[in-house]
Amino acid sequence: MATEQQLSAIKGSKVLMVGAGGIGCELLKTLALSEFQDIHIIDMDTIEVSNLNRQFLFRQSHVGQSKAKVARDAVLKFRPNISITPYHANVKDPDFNVDFFKRFSVVLNGLDNLDARRHVNRLCLAAGVPLVESGTTGFLGQVTVHVKGRTECYECQPKPAPKTYPVCTITSTPSKFVHCIVWAKDLLFAKLFGDKNQENDLNVRSSDASGSSEPAEDVFEHKKDEDVEEYGRRIYDHVFGHNIEVALSNEDTWKKRNKPRPIYIKDVALAEVIQQNGNLDKVPVSTDPLSVSAMTTIGLKNPQDVWSLAENSRVFLEALKLFFLKRGKEIGNLSFDKDDQLAVEIVTAAANIRASSFGIPLHSLFEAKGIAGNIVHAVATTNAVIAGLIVIEAIKVLQDDVKNYRMTYCLEHPSRKMLLMPVEPFEPNKSCYVCSETPLTLEINTSRSKLRDFVEKIVKAKLGMSQPMIMHGHALLYEVGDGLEEDMATTYAANLEKVLAQLPSPVTGGTVIMVEDLQQELTCTINIKHREEFDGEKEPDGMILSGLTEALVQKNDEASKENGASTSNVSQTVSVEAEEDDELQILPAVSGLAGKKRKLPDNANSSNSDLSGVIDETKIPRKAIDREDSEAVVVLDGNGERKKKRGQ
Amino acid sequence: MNGEELTEQETALYDRQIRVWGVDAQRRLSKSHILVSGLTGTVVEFCKNIVLAGVGSLTLNDDRPVTTELLSANFLIPPDESVYREKPLADLCCDSLKDFNPMVRVSVQKGDLSSFDVQFFDKFDAVVVSSCSLNTKKSVNEKCRKSSKRVAFYSVDCRDSCGELFVDLQDYTYSKKKIDEMTECRLQFPSFEEAIAVPWRSLPGRLSKLYYAMRVIERFEELEGRKPGQTSAADLPNILNLRKELCEAHSLSESQIPDALIERLLAGTREFPPVCAIVGGILGQEVIKAISGKGDPIKNFFFFDAMVGKGVIEDIAKRDNEAEQFQIGCLEGCLEVD
Repeated sequence: MATEQQLSAIKGSKVLMVGAGGIGCELLKTLALSEFQDIHIIDMDTIEVSNLNRQFLFRQSHVGQSKAKVARDAVLKFRPNISITPYHANVKDPDFNVDFFKRFSVVLNGLDNLDARRHVNRLCLAAGVPLVESGTTGFLGQVTVHVKGRTECYECQPKPAPKTYPVCTITSTPSKFVHCIVWAKDLLFAKLFGDKNQENDLNVRSSDASGSSEPAEDVFEHKKDEDVEEYGRRIYDHVFGHNIEVALSNEDTWKKRNKPRPIYIKDVALAEVIQQNGNLDKVPVSTDPLSVSAMTTIGLKNPQDVWSLAENSRVFLEALKLFFLKRGKEIGNLSFDKDDQLAVEIVTAAANIRASSFGIPLHSLFEAKGIAGNIVHAVATTNAVIAGLIVIEAIKVLQDDVKNYRMTYCLEHPSRKMLLMPVEPFEPNKSCYVCSETPLTLEINTSRSKLRDFVEKIVKAKLGMSQPMIMHGHALLYEVGDGLEEDMATTYAANLEKVLAQLPSPVTGGTVIMVEDLQQELTCTINIKHREEFDGEKEPDGMILSGLTEALVQKNDEASKENGASTSNVSQTVSVEAEEDDELQILPAVSGLAGKKRKLPDNANSSNSDLSGVIDETKIPRKAIDREDSEAVVVLDGNGERKKKRGQ
Repeated sequence: MNGEELTEQETALYDRQIRVWGVDAQRRLSKSHILVSGLTGTVVEFCKNIVLAGVGSLTLNDDRPVTTELLSANFLIPPDESVYREKPLADLCCDSLKDFNPMVRVSVQKGDLSSFDVQFFDKFDAVVVSSCSLNTKKSVNEKCRKSSKRVAFYSVDCRDSCGELFVDLQDYTYSKKKIDEMTECRLQFPSFEEAIAVPWRSLPGRLSKLYYAMRVIERFEELEGRKPGQTSAADLPNILNLRKELCEAHSLSESQIPDALIERLLAGTREFPPVCAIVGGILGQEVIKAISGKGDPIKNFFFFDAMVGKGVIEDIAKRDNEAEQFQIGCLEGCLEVD
C-alpha cells in the first residue's frame, strides 16, 4: 500500500506514457490501480493479433483500432473516475514539443525503438522533465531513471545498434542462416518485386568481369510472353545455380572456405515440382492479398517444420508464381513485410535453398520469419514486472527522492540470488553530446561528399534529428519546416546536391558547423576534418563521426545467442531493433548480468561488454553492495563462495 | 505431448511467446490445469498472466463477497456496487478473465479450501494459494504432495510494499539449456511445513529479514485465531513480544527482524499494486517454467520489498549432510557454465 506522502504525490501528478503496447498496457493498469489521476498516453500503433497474448487490454474485436484509445477505454472500466487522455499519434509529431512535455511531472517510456527513445530523451532534457525508461525481451527487462543533471541521460551510454553485415558476406560468402535471410530479403526479394531502379548487389561480380560488357538484358525481367512457371525456373537456375558458378570462379575466395554447391532445378526432385501444376484451382479465393499462401497450395501445413530442399524449391516456385498471378499489380513496388505471408514464404524458401548450397542448416518458416522480421520475443509476465518497477521509480521521482532512484534489471538467471537487481544510477556522462552538448568530430571528404550525404548519414542516422537546421557561423546551409520561404527552400534544395567544399559558405577541414533540432532543442557542434580516402568495406558511409556515444554493432553473436535464448528452442541470431513490438532489444545490456558472461574468457568478455551499453556489468554487484545499509535485505554471495572453493 | 500440433489460431496468437519458450512448452501449457484460491491483487495479476499465456484451464476459488478493500488492487471488477454485490469474488473475476483468452477454460470452484481432499487436488498441475491460514497452507501443501502425480504448490502473500512467494515442486526434474545443449537437472523441494521448521540459527546470517518477519506475523495470526491479514498497528506490542519469544527460542538476534519492518507489514492492510504486478509476474513465470519443465525454478522462497528494490531468492531447507551434498552437486551441474 502506498503511504500518505506517496499518495499525495501520486494524486497531484500528471504523467505522460509513451507507448501503449506490451509494457504500456501493464503500465496503464498499474498506474490506474495505484491511484494516478491524470494520465496521457501516446501511441501511433493499431492492434494486431500477435499483440493479444500479452497486451491484455485488447481483444480480438479490437484488431485494427488505436492502441492508445482502446487501452484508455479498457482501463476506465475498472477505474472510471480517473482522467486518461489518449493520442493516436507519433511521439515525434511536432505537436509534442517542449511545451507539451513541460506540462508533465514525469514521462514513462514503453517504446519499441531506439529512434523514438532518443527523441523522447531529448525532449525530456529540454523540458526538464524526469524520464523513466524501460525495455523487455523474453524474460529479461530493465527500468532506468533519467533526471537531468542528477543521473545519466538515455544517450550517455552507447546503445547496441542494429547488426549490419559486410556486403561480400551476404553476396558471396554466407556462413550463417541469417546471411541467407538478409540475401533473400534485401537482395533477391527486392530484385524480384521491388523498385527496379534501386541499386542491388544481387548478381555477384566476377573479379575479372569488370572489363567485359554487362549483359544486354536483365535476366530478372519477366518477358511478356514468358510462361510464369518457365520464368520461375529460369530465375531459380540463375540465382541458385549460375550465380554460384560465377562465385566459384573466384578461386581465391574458396582457398580457405568450403565451396558452395550450385543447385539447378533439374537436380531437385523436379518430378515433384511438376506435379504441382494445376493446383492453383484448388486454392480458396481470398480477397486479402496478404493471405495468399504457397504453403497452403502445396499442402505444407506446419510453419514449425523444417522443409527439405525439394519442399523449399516447391515453395519458392509456387510463391513466385502466385506473386505474378495473384499480386501482379504490386510487383515493382513491394518491400518485405513480415506480415505478408507470401513474402515470408518466398524469403524462407530462398534462404533455405541458398543455405543448402553453402552447407548451412535449414530453418523453419516460423524461425525464418522471426529473423527476417526482426521479431522480438515477448511475454506478459516480464512486461508486468517491468511495469510495476516503472511505477515504483515514478513515485520516487514524484517525491524527488533522488537518493533512492534505482535502475533495476530483471534477470533470467539469478545473479547473487537476485532475480530483480537494483543498481544506483550513474552520473551524467560529461562527454555526452546530448546532455552535455560536447562537440563532435567528423572525418569526411569535403570535396566529394554532398550536403545530402551529411544530412542523411550523420544528422538523421547518427544524431537522430528529424527537424535539423545546419549552420556554418551565421550562414544557414540547410533547414526544414513548414514555414520556409520559397526562395529559401530552393536554396536549401540546391545546397543538398552540392559537395561540402562548394557550399555558399564552404565547409572544409577545420570548419566548425552547428546542427540544431528545433523540436528537440538540441544543438550539436561538429568539427570537420577533411580526409581523402575511406575503406569502402569497413567505412561504407565514407565518413566517420567520433565523440559520440556511438551505437555499437554486435560482435559476438554466439554469446548473445546463448544468453538470450537459454530456455528457448528458438535461437535468436540477429540483434536488431524491434519493428513493431514495444520491447527494446536490451539483451546485450542485460545478458552480461544474466550470470553467464562473467565466466567467459576475458577477451570474449570485453568484446561483449562493449555492447552492454547501459552498464559495465563488473561494476554492478559492487555498486549494489556498496550502498547497502545494514537494515536492507542483505544478499549473500553464495555463488561467489562456491566459486572460490572451486578455485582453491 | 507428442505429435499434436498447435492450431493456426494458437500459432498466430502465441507467436511472440513461442519464440521465448518453444512449441513444446506451449503444448504443455495448453494441457495444464491450474487452481487458485484467495483472489488477492497479486493472484489476480497471476491469473491474467497465465490466461494470456494459454493454460488449459484455470479454476478460481474464493467465496468472499467483494469489499472495497478487496477491489483496491483488482482490475477485473468494475467498482460498481450494484454489479459486485450480486456475486462472490471468484464469480466476478471468472466473468472477466474468460474474456482475456477464449482458448482457456476459466471456472469457479465453490467451497472452503481446507475442505477439499487429495482427489480434488489431483486434478491440477499447479495450485496457488493466497491469504489462507497457516494450517490450511500446510494441509493443502500436504494434499498436493499425497497426490498420485506431482502437483506444484505455491503460496503468495503481499503486505504493504513487500511480497513473499513459496514454491514446492517436490522431487522435480527439468531441463535447461547449457550453451547449445539441453541438460537435465533435478531438485528436491521441502514442503512449507518442513521449510519453516528449519531452525533459524542454522539459516545463513544474511537471509532476507522479510522471511522472519512474515513468520512472526503468521504465527501471531495462528495463535490469535485471526484471519490472514486481519492485523493492525494495534497488535504491534503483542507481535513484538512474540518476536522476542521466537528469537530467543531460535537463538536469533531480534535485530534481524527490525521494528520498522514489522510496523510496515502491519500497517499496510491493502496491497500495493506495483508489488502485485511484480510478484504476480514472477509467480506467473514460475508456474510456466514448472509446467513446461524448462529453466531453473525458484527454490524455494522469493522476496520482494519495494523499499529496497531487490527481488531475492532464498533456499530454505533442512540441510543434513547428505541432502546438502546432493543439492550442491546438482546446483553446480545446473548453474555453473564453464
